[in-house]
Amino acid sequence: MHIPDGFLNTATAGVTYVVSAGGVGYSVKEANKKLGEKHVPLMGVMGAFIFAAQMLNFPVMGGTSGHLIGGALAAILLGPWAGVLIMACVLIVQCFVFQDGGITALGANIFNMGLLACFVSYYIYRAVVSLMGESRTSTLVGGFVGAWTSVFVAAIACAIELALSGKSPLGVALPAMAGVHALIGIGEGLITAVVLSFVMATRADLLKLQKV
Amino acid sequence: MKLKWWHIGLLIAFGLAIISPLASSWPDGLERVAEDKGFIDAAHNPTFEIIPDYVFPGVGNEALATILAGVVGTLILFILTYGLGVLLKRREA
Repeated sequence: MHIPDGFLNTATAGVTYVVSAGGVGYSVKEANKKLGEKHVPLMGVMGAFIFAAQMLNFPVMGGTSGHLIGGALAAILLGPWAGVLIMACVLIVQCFVFQDGGITALGANIFNMGLLACFVSYYIYRAVVSLMGESRTSTLVGGFVGAWTSVFVAAIACAIELALSGKSPLGVALPAMAGVHALIGIGEGLITAVVLSFVMATRADLLKLQKV
Repeated sequence: MKLKWWHIGLLIAFGLAIISPLASSWPDGLERVAEDKGFIDAAHNPTFEIIPDYVFPGVGNEALATILAGVVGTLILFILTYGLGVLLKRREA
């Protein structure tokens, strides 16, 4: 869902840059307050894992693929502010080193796949776990639902940005983006649940780390 | 040296980078929509290229070039996010 250069008009690119810069700046402040010694290796592993996993596009239907975003996984394990920082790092490196996502669209990409994906998934995950009671099942269900919704919401935001930029009317872009990403979100949900299940089986204490 | 949990996590990440040539090369969701709705041509080429499209430049074998790009990127991200963690963590007196 990385928006390339040329898709967004100046106003949309500018506004999303300002919002994302503010969000990332605030994330730095929050992380500075809450991040402890134990979070550091998990930050590193999450950054590495999300970058690598994003390379693995999986087919979702004839001629279309999707890949993990990873914001949900980062937010559930580390907390939403740390998640935003990890996603910003991934997206910045993808943009400047791998030419994936345009430089002018970096603000929108960090907004969609960082800020939105992390916060939407984190609070849905928390809501599911508190509704179902803390258990292995509720963690997996919350992880799946949170991750699916993060992709769906990011796709809707992307469609709105494209429509505001005059690339495609909202009535066209919105159902198209939401439809294909409802499928891609299933992959995001499954990968997130599999990783959470692996973490619970091997190092369940990591899920108990203070959220940042 | 005893392997810590995060060494294993990092090895898994590098493992994913190594199998990255298996990824589907079909366009992703946004590219598909941009093609179907006729605005894919609005995309500009990047103004500079370092490792474009996750293919390491100057390597003849495409699978190898993809693996190399993946491993380099995974390493950059590990250093960057680990380093950010070190910089931002609470100073415990």
